Amino acid sequence: MDLYTEGDPIADTRAPDGPVETRWDRHRFEMKLVNPANRRKLTVIVVGTGLAGGSAAATLAEQGYHVKSYCYQDSPRRAHSIAAQGGINAAKNYRNDGDSVHRLFYDTVKGGDFRSRESNVHRLAEVSVNIIDQCVAQGVPFAREYGGLLDTRSFGGAQVQRTFYARGQTGQQLLLGAYQALERQIGLGNVEMNARHEMLELVVVDGRARGIVVRDMVTGEISTEMADAVVLASGGYGNVFYLSTNAKGCNVTASWRAHRKGAYFANPCYTQIHPTCIPVSGDHQSKLTLMSESLRNDGRVWVPKAKGDDRGPRDIPEDERDYYLERIYPSFGNLVPRDIASRAAKNVCDEGRGVGPTGLGVYLDFADAIDRLGRKAIEAKYGNLFEMYERITGEDPYEVPMRIYPAVHYTMGGLWVDYDLQSTVPGLFVIGEANFSDHGANRLGASALMQGLADGYFVLPSTLANYLAANPMEKVDASHPEAVAARTDVEDRITRLLAINGDRTVDSFHRELGQIMWEHCGMERSDAGLRKAIAEIRALREQFWQRVRVPGDGEGLNQSLEKAGRVADFFELAELMCVDALHREESCGGHFRAEYQTPDGEAQRDDDRFAYVAAWEYTGTGEPVLHKEDLTFEYVHPSQRSYK
Amino acid sequence: MNLTLRIWRQTGPEDKGRMVTYPVPDVSPDMSFLEMLDVLNERLILDGEEPVAFDHDCREGICGACSLMINGEAHGPQRGTTACQLHMRQFSDGDTIDIEPWRARAFPVIKDLVVNRNAFDKIIAAGGYVTAPTGSAPEAHSTPVPKDDADAAFSSAACIGCGACVAACPNGSGMLFTAAKVTQLSLLPQGQPERYTRVIGMVDAHDEAGFGGCTNIGECTSACPKGIPLNTIGRLNRDYLKATTKRAGTPGS
Repeated sequence: MDLYTEGDPIADTRAPDGPVETRWDRHRFEMKLVNPANRRKLTVIVVGTGLAGGSAAATLAEQGYHVKSYCYQDSPRRAHSIAAQGGINAAKNYRNDGDSVHRLFYDTVKGGDFRSRESNVHRLAEVSVNIIDQCVAQGVPFAREYGGLLDTRSFGGAQVQRTFYARGQTGQQLLLGAYQALERQIGLGNVEMNARHEMLELVVVDGRARGIVVRDMVTGEISTEMADAVVLASGGYGNVFYLSTNAKGCNVTASWRAHRKGAYFANPCYTQIHPTCIPVSGDHQSKLTLMSESLRNDGRVWVPKAKGDDRGPRDIPEDERDYYLERIYPSFGNLVPRDIASRAAKNVCDEGRGVGPTGLGVYLDFADAIDRLGRKAIEAKYGNLFEMYERITGEDPYEVPMRIYPAVHYTMGGLWVDYDLQSTVPGLFVIGEANFSDHGANRLGASALMQGLADGYFVLPSTLANYLAANPMEKVDASHPEAVAARTDVEDRITRLLAINGDRTVDSFHRELGQIMWEHCGMERSDAGLRKAIAEIRALREQFWQRVRVPGDGEGLNQSLEKAGRVADFFELAELMCVDALHREESCGGHFRAEYQTPDGEAQRDDDRFAYVAAWEYTGTGEPVLHKEDLTFEYVHPSQRSYK
Repeated sequence: MNLTLRIWRQTGPEDKGRMVTYPVPDVSPDMSFLEMLDVLNERLILDGEEPVAFDHDCREGICGACSLMINGEAHGPQRGTTACQLHMRQFSDGDTIDIEPWRARAFPVIKDLVVNRNAFDKIIAAGGYVTAPTGSAPEAHSTPVPKDDADAAFSSAACIGCGACVAACPNGSGMLFTAAKVTQLSLLPQGQPERYTRVIGMVDAHDEAGFGGCTNIGECTSACPKGIPLNTIGRLNRDYLKATTKRAGTPGS
């Protein structure tokens, strides 16, 4: 293939060896420490204030570092972690149902379709129990049993009940816990908070990340902020599809700018399509709304057995319904992992058995659960989700089954990091959804919150200290030539976007890019489709730089300008995603290639050829360089995933 | 549907601002309110005009960014619903809709419909937390919390910090927001050690930020998209009274 070249493999991930359950402890002991008196002389930049960034900034400040925190929202409390509904996994085994750190580790590696690192995942499972303790101590109001102890529920891809939750607003409550810890540090003067600021460039000096260029979105002022290390916690890139469950502002710019400055981008094609979202209603659609996976605990997914059956759902008798997840996957039933549930929904819709006005929908039916448990119990568990559904669709899900369809939700890919969460640019650390590290090719439900907080509260604060202690650095200021050059790049780019003054809006380009990606790099990919997509993306990108119209100027609040910069970066990322998807000639997790499936339509991995992380290097010439990091499995042996 | 919008336009903090009328034809009842504004903005851009600036992000009613006064009501006519979750089926063909920013002394306008709500963060920074540095937490089950207390704490914690309470209040008071956090933390055992310093710190920060006083009118709670009840303010007042009558510096008093 002519779309990329292959470079040296990645030899060292800094993962310790020895028994997997001792690695993190031993590594922590071996790492260097920064003495408390020296911490206050060190400045750390943290970009993003979600679960990962908020918890990291608060923790680093508690430890005594000088922290500068940035977010594009008007308040750190609004980062998109706030929208996570269902819950957070932890291997507490409070249910005595056979859970353990090893089982969470095992489920996560298997759920990720054997495309993640064992060392990282085991650490995640170990730390999960500390997260719950930490959040309870902060006053996070988790759901509780009558005896006053914490309640848990089950989630997709697991046969134990290890998911802690706060009604349907777990992300909100966890984020507010981290936000409040962060605000405490802001109040104490340990964190300098910069809301409504957007990172537009990374500053690399002598091969190390030493700062960022930011734009104050209110005044338009561009400034260069220097530090001893930079932490990106800027989230995922699902909005490359235009329609996704991400917030409208979520973007790849911070990650992409770092990628262009030398940070490898790993597994960009691994995107998670969430099976339970409210279907698209029309061309005006600006985003998609998730209905929590927890609904699959009690809701049953079905479509009519017959094609084109246009009777109302309540008029279709029981024996003419196909509860296809229960039929195909009897042991996990409606709780199969997300990638499997999404593809199954696509398959039945492709067969012409989809429901609703567009035919792109399946039923999620609570009638049995309401009969069994009573309406009140269902209200207590899911009341807010049912209300949200009714507000958006105008239909009452207590009476009529919900209609759902898959939508882009999460990106497992992200900037490549080693075991220390450090990217290929020394001093640039990447945490939370922005990195690629723990979920392999598919993330299990309720594991994003776990990973974000594990990285921010527990992992990064240790590994960052090791970096700072091992690499004493001279101070550099914003007048350094590299810093000046980065700033000039930012200014030039803004000037260029404003000068085009064409005849199409930013959103119209973004929407069209999203359609290309959904069509060819969505739930199912193929060689021909991906090649077509790459050609279309290139053509559209060229049009963008000739025809986009960005009104106003760079001097003050200009939401069109913000969007234009982000969409420009999405164009470049989109191409890399397609190249990655094209080169991975296998199906795994969220990456399903039509050519590689088992006779019964399940994902067909090719461990001999593809048991590696694909880390892409930006070269500037358009042809990325592939670096492979081989994955070895000592504890969880790769097998064909079966949820039957 | 065909609608007429009258929207507050203000180029910046120094500008006086004015209502400007825009016709918006062919609105689908399935659109959200913000999608309807997107359609208007697309047209304005192509017509060479500046689009209307408004805050929004998650568009699923949880981030609290959206902040529109719609026909004089914070977040519009539907109870328990943020502007981003409001759908056009709540309106009728031929309607004229007024759209304005939150108006309160503590929330200065930045541009058009965008206001600065930084004052809310300052209230939280002044005590809206439990001091529990990372790593210092005891085992989660060491302190059981009665389910009713946990549920009540959750109901207050559901606040999204949008500021509708302030916009709806004739005094521009932020007391419902402040009380929601005070109530959440004072209901939980973890919040007890700082219970009384918290309420003093937060109320002082509230007053310093320029919010008005609470006179128990109750507009806040009816505008609140998350249904934070008015009695949280009663709870705050109780804690505040207790805190101010405790003798300073006397542990256990």
